[in-house]
Amino acid sequence: MLAVERVTKRFGGLVAVNEASLTAPQGRITGLIGPNGAGKTTLFAVIAGFEAPTAGRVLLDGADITAEPVHRRALRGIARTFQIVQPFAGLTVRENIAVGAHLRHRARRDALAKAEAVAWQVGLGDMLDRQADSLTVAGRKRLELGRALATMPRLLLLDEVLAGLNPSEIRDMIPVVRAICESGVTILMVEHVMQAVMSLCEHIYVLAEGLIIAEGPPDAVSRDPRVIEAYLGHGAATRSRSRETSHA
Amino acid sequence: MSARGLLPIAVVVGLLALIPLGVSANTVLNFLVFTLIIAIAAQGWNILGGYGGQFSFGHAAFFGTGAYATAMLQVHLGLNSWIAFAIGIGAGAAVGLVIGFLSFRSGLRGSYFALITLAFAEVLRIVANASAATGGAAGILIKLDVRPTNFQFHSRAAFFWIALAIVAVVLVVTRWLEHSRFGAQLIAVRENEDAARALGVDVLRVKLGAIILSAAVTASAGCLYAQYFLYLDSTIAYGVWISVEALLAPIVGGIGTVFGPLIGALALHGLGNLTSQMAGRIPGIDLVVYGALLVLAIAFAPKGLLGLVKRLRTRVTRRAIAGPG
Repeated sequence: MLAVERVTKRFGGLVAVNEASLTAPQGRITGLIGPNGAGKTTLFAVIAGFEAPTAGRVLLDGADITAEPVHRRALRGIARTFQIVQPFAGLTVRENIAVGAHLRHRARRDALAKAEAVAWQVGLGDMLDRQADSLTVAGRKRLELGRALATMPRLLLLDEVLAGLNPSEIRDMIPVVRAICESGVTILMVEHVMQAVMSLCEHIYVLAEGLIIAEGPPDAVSRDPRVIEAYLGHGAATRSRSRETSHA
Repeated sequence: MSARGLLPIAVVVGLLALIPLGVSANTVLNFLVFTLIIAIAAQGWNILGGYGGQFSFGHAAFFGTGAYATAMLQVHLGLNSWIAFAIGIGAGAAVGLVIGFLSFRSGLRGSYFALITLAFAEVLRIVANASAATGGAAGILIKLDVRPTNFQFHSRAAFFWIALAIVAVVLVVTRWLEHSRFGAQLIAVRENEDAARALGVDVLRVKLGAIILSAAVTASAGCLYAQYFLYLDSTIAYGVWISVEALLAPIVGGIGTVFGPLIGALALHGLGNLTSQMAGRIPGIDLVVYGALLVLAIAFAPKGLLGLVKRLRTRVTRRAIAGPG
């Protein structure tokens, strides 16, 4: 569904993303992981249209959307959440989600009804009239998700929706994400919480210093020496392997 | 829009409409017409500033364009006053479109947007002061010819009702705004532009729509001013005073609310008038009152008088629920 072809993004002399290519197949959850500063968020911003790539293309169902503004991409069915949550602070949960719902519902009443339905879906059903800035971090993450879902996307880009949550909140959130995927929405997620990535994603890309250094199913990727080195530093893979053999 | 939403507007407008039946003193009616003109200008500002979060310091650009267009079309082209009035509103909206396009397309926000609008209004003032078509520094006079077909009336009450009718229309429009997709998107832009974009809001289009609507409303205040006083010069039409009045009233009354601008205008001018009468002829005493009110509003009632009333009411009900003690 989504194809990113050799995308490069430079900020002055800094190459944030270097010829990264990936695909997110229809109906699946694809993961994008990598150490801090690897360029995940930049790549995400390019896919969502918030940053224009220096080179490369972004395709949705074969159509080149590289030059399309953000709101057009939303109409095509791309929705995103923000790593740093961006609620409409002064509005209620219902009103927040209704802004997303308005993309495909012109009438206020329809948008509000859709918002209510989505709120229950993401577990905010009993907080509809709470002001967004009174929500906890977990609540705000759910709100991000709800607003994006209300646009009725085909492709959902999740930027660290689990970051900052405690383990029990993460356990609550994982089924929500899975249910969204099962309802037919393709998901591409950037995530630090490995437990979630392992249980949700079927295919993972690893970005380090702007390069895609590995891809594959989660368990294979997590054993890949290049990935271990990227996370833990040079020589970490051989050290951990020798430790494993000495234990055996 | 539900009838329930329109009821408060009908009640407020209905009550105000009764005033000329009881009061016939010209000074009072004069004061009321002037206050309503300010209220309309402020209602215009409130659409862009209150709902859209784009603070303009230059709504004089729209007020003045409406006023000058109304006057010049009558004086130079001999156009009918009512038609000139309508074109004046259109001219104000057009200026809104141009200023909006130039500043929003380049992504100006916050204080940069405020400054650029101030600059546009000042440029227009200087041009109007120098140009022959606007009468230059001597100003422009609309010929006195009191006939309803000329939009001139013997009774000030007639003007009061016309001004009130415009206020009512804008109240309804603002109410509609609160319950429409356009309004929801505009508020979303105010709260968080990036999040709005991600949800498919065409931010530039929404802002342009808001500034055009805002400018049209404020321009209608200018048209009315020209028609009521029949005289304009550049410091009246494009002066900083009206930009300040237009933003002060909503801030004092309740920014981003339907009734805020009207309440703010009535409170500010009511109090200003009262103090200048009590303090005698100390020049500028009403401005001192404005300043004091602005400081008080920002310090103690950041959501304006309406927000203050709401807060006090919830406190009272909470205390009532908690019981005595």
